[in-house]
Amino acid sequence: MSLQEIVIQQLFNGLLLGSFYGLVALGYSMVYGIIKLLNFAHADIYMVGGFCSLTILTFFGKTFIGNRWLGIVISMLITMIIVGLLGVIIERIAYKPLRNAPRLSLLITALGVSMILYNSVMVITAGEYRAYKTGLGYEGFSIGSVFVTHTQAILIVAAVALMLVLHLFITRTMYGKAMRAISMDLDCCRLMGVNVNKIIALTFFIGSMLAASAGMMAGVYYGSLHFFMGFVIGIKAFTSAVIGGIGVIPGAMLGGLLLGLLESFGTQIPFIGSEWKDVFSFSILILILIFKPTGLLGKKESERM
Amino acid sequence: MILEVKDLTLRFGGLTAVNKVSFGIEEGSIESLIGPNGAGKTSLFNCLNGFYRAQEGDILFEGKSVMKLKPHKITALGMARTFQNLRLFKNLTVMENVMSGMHCRTSAGVAGAILRPPSQKAEEKRIRDVAMECMDFVGILDKKDRLAKNLPYGDQRRVEWARALATQPKLLLLDEPAAGLNYDEKMQLIELIRRIRNERKITVFLIEHDMGLVMKVSEKIFVLDYGVKIAEGTAQEVQNNPRVIEAYLGKEEENAV
Amino acid sequence: MKDKQTGLQTVVDKKAKKIDNPFVELIDKFYVLFDNKRVRYSVLAALLAVLLYLPMITSMYFMEVMTNVWFHVVVCLGLNIIVGFAGLLSLGYAAFFAVGAYTTGILILHYGVSFWLTLPVSVLMAIIAGLAIGGPTLKLRSDYLAIVTLGFGEITRLAARNLDITGRATGLVGIERPTLFGMAMVKINHFYYAFLILAVLAIFISYRLQDSRLGRAWKCIREDEDAAEAMGINVVAARLLAFIIGSVFGALAGSFMAIKMTAISPESFLFTQSVMILLAVVLGGMGKIPGVVLGAFAVVVFPEVFRGIGKYRMLIFGAVLLVLMIYRPQGLWPERHT
Repeated sequence: MSLQEIVIQQLFNGLLLGSFYGLVALGYSMVYGIIKLLNFAHADIYMVGGFCSLTILTFFGKTFIGNRWLGIVISMLITMIIVGLLGVIIERIAYKPLRNAPRLSLLITALGVSMILYNSVMVITAGEYRAYKTGLGYEGFSIGSVFVTHTQAILIVAAVALMLVLHLFITRTMYGKAMRAISMDLDCCRLMGVNVNKIIALTFFIGSMLAASAGMMAGVYYGSLHFFMGFVIGIKAFTSAVIGGIGVIPGAMLGGLLLGLLESFGTQIPFIGSEWKDVFSFSILILILIFKPTGLLGKKESERM
Repeated sequence: MILEVKDLTLRFGGLTAVNKVSFGIEEGSIESLIGPNGAGKTSLFNCLNGFYRAQEGDILFEGKSVMKLKPHKITALGMARTFQNLRLFKNLTVMENVMSGMHCRTSAGVAGAILRPPSQKAEEKRIRDVAMECMDFVGILDKKDRLAKNLPYGDQRRVEWARALATQPKLLLLDEPAAGLNYDEKMQLIELIRRIRNERKITVFLIEHDMGLVMKVSEKIFVLDYGVKIAEGTAQEVQNNPRVIEAYLGKEEENAV
Repeated sequence: MKDKQTGLQTVVDKKAKKIDNPFVELIDKFYVLFDNKRVRYSVLAALLAVLLYLPMITSMYFMEVMTNVWFHVVVCLGLNIIVGFAGLLSLGYAAFFAVGAYTTGILILHYGVSFWLTLPVSVLMAIIAGLAIGGPTLKLRSDYLAIVTLGFGEITRLAARNLDITGRATGLVGIERPTLFGMAMVKINHFYYAFLILAVLAIFISYRLQDSRLGRAWKCIREDEDAAEAMGINVVAARLLAFIIGSVFGALAGSFMAIKMTAISPESFLFTQSVMILLAVVLGGMGKIPGVVLGAFAVVVFPEVFRGIGKYRMLIFGAVLLVLMIYRPQGLWPERHT
């Protein structure tokens, strides 16, 4: 393949990968922005979304809906709602009681939730990979000698669309405004009559919804699911959120795409290859946190003493 | 001059909290910083003790520039402070709170902790002795084993002072030490400030809103408004300064001494 | 109670005496009892005697479990210094005993170094690792620090899995066991005693650290790090010290584990390991030494006793963490109330 072709290929890979990262990163960013919690369990929501959608899609496959695009879209919508609700339930049970507890306790709780989620799935799937069968084929189109399947193209478009919708939601609606306000001063919002609990629940709902959709897309794209798939993507998504500036929504999207591209092009660097791919990403995370913890678009926090 | 501030400027994004402020504190004096709410007084204190890094200007403590130093180094050099909103170690006892002040005056490390050589034991004794002495000085010795969070407000304030004194400072920065105190407690505070200067030879620099207290205790007063120093002088001079009066619009304080 | 000055009766005192729980009084009685030096030392001496005698009367299986328990006591106390004393959430602790284990393994296997000489190198590597990981990251907020330590833990594991010198995915096999004063360390009993000694040392050092200038500094930092800084405590240095001491504990435990197992692989340093150690510390009560020891026991013994739970193990652990944090975040070990 010529250099140009390699570039285009990696561009697509990077954008696709980056879309997944971005969608999951959004959830991290939103939740962190609103209650200052790094939700470890978020990555496992992504995984649960994948499995949930597979279950539904397989069911559809046996009905008239089929498991091609129609089935996929409906399955995605249902999954998003179910997993979104799961996110809300988790918040209610595990995080709400600890809203005023020290940070350490919250983090440990999130860890506990994460463990419950992926271990439950592990038990159910007996730790094996599950194939993600869809009725889709491998038809696609070519740009030069680079082949892009319709699936890949649609996934990218879908991911970007979701992110745009979210962006509009945050900036144009009252709910979005409330979310941003709460991230600035929770107690003040309470005093101003904002139903803080509802907004927080909404934040978790949306974040989980997006992660679930990413989980499903990953399943469709990679063709398989595994109970531990959330782990690595969790760190990568968190890296994306940090690159873009944690708590800043457009930053999460930007960070995700950036990381996806970096990773794709990074695998082409002879020394790094795919074995060290993860180490590469983790290193980026650490470097960013050390040198520019506020990220690209982040605001500098100054505490009042 | 034990403390000299030269053209200090602190900016938060678009807001200039401290604007080219210059002044000097005489060694062994009791001086105050006043100004309406939001004038930048606490921000200035935060610059002095290292929590904020000012963008321009310089701070000289005993002739050495301390502007770029971290707070713990500044305290070790001899400048200690108390906080406007009381930052005690709530779940520790009074004794433990005050003992923390001696950390920068001692040096036992990991080896000392594990092996406990005689030098470490002597150091521990010294820490306890100094802490007891400071608690006694402010009048809180009888409560030394109680948890800080269980004390009444006035006593908690005393613990803050004892803790700051335990660092054996040369200059003590008090951030609104009278906030929340009743009349009696304020009289005791005035006494304490004088004793700190007279008996322990510590220079005192305080931020305060209670004008009566400030006038009674300060030898020199600086006035800040919107981050700018608008006046300095004795109590009389400042009281009659038209700019100062204008800045305050002649507000009356309640528990004024 | 009458106020001496004003003669006013305070009613508040009645409320101050917290309610009824008979356990609280019982626990306080125990604490007071153990305050007495003679009681403390005689109980501990008796306990130690029992522990030393155990190998003679129990099965090999029991010895294996107990050795594992002492190993966990050491690593849990190491993590306790980082999490419990200094209040830093570290999720990659397994990396430290990987460092120790691999250092010892590589030196013995590839360079024929005697085990006992690998120990100081192991400590050195631990210090370097602690500095490398802690140095740039300790100024980060606790949430970020958690993820970063997780990242470092994974980087360590992946590096071990990908590098030749660490034996790639199979790890190092056939590590020779050392001799001590001419006697080869072969039987499980030998390792039982070795780890017991390490555990006792770890407990001793932990107590000494807790009750020292450094221990107090950590306590203050946990309460309010800005106030601590203002009082002259070098917060960053204190935290770094905690990190390094913790890593040394881990590395030494790892070194001994390497010769006990005679083989190490990246699988022993999974994230799940780090989580289990954290669980033990949290279970016992972060910072409380007896609690952490208890936690180490629980984390090792529980899955042994309930063998049937096998694959549900981590699931239950996760649930325990959750319930603990919501209902009893201070851990199971009871606190003093007087």
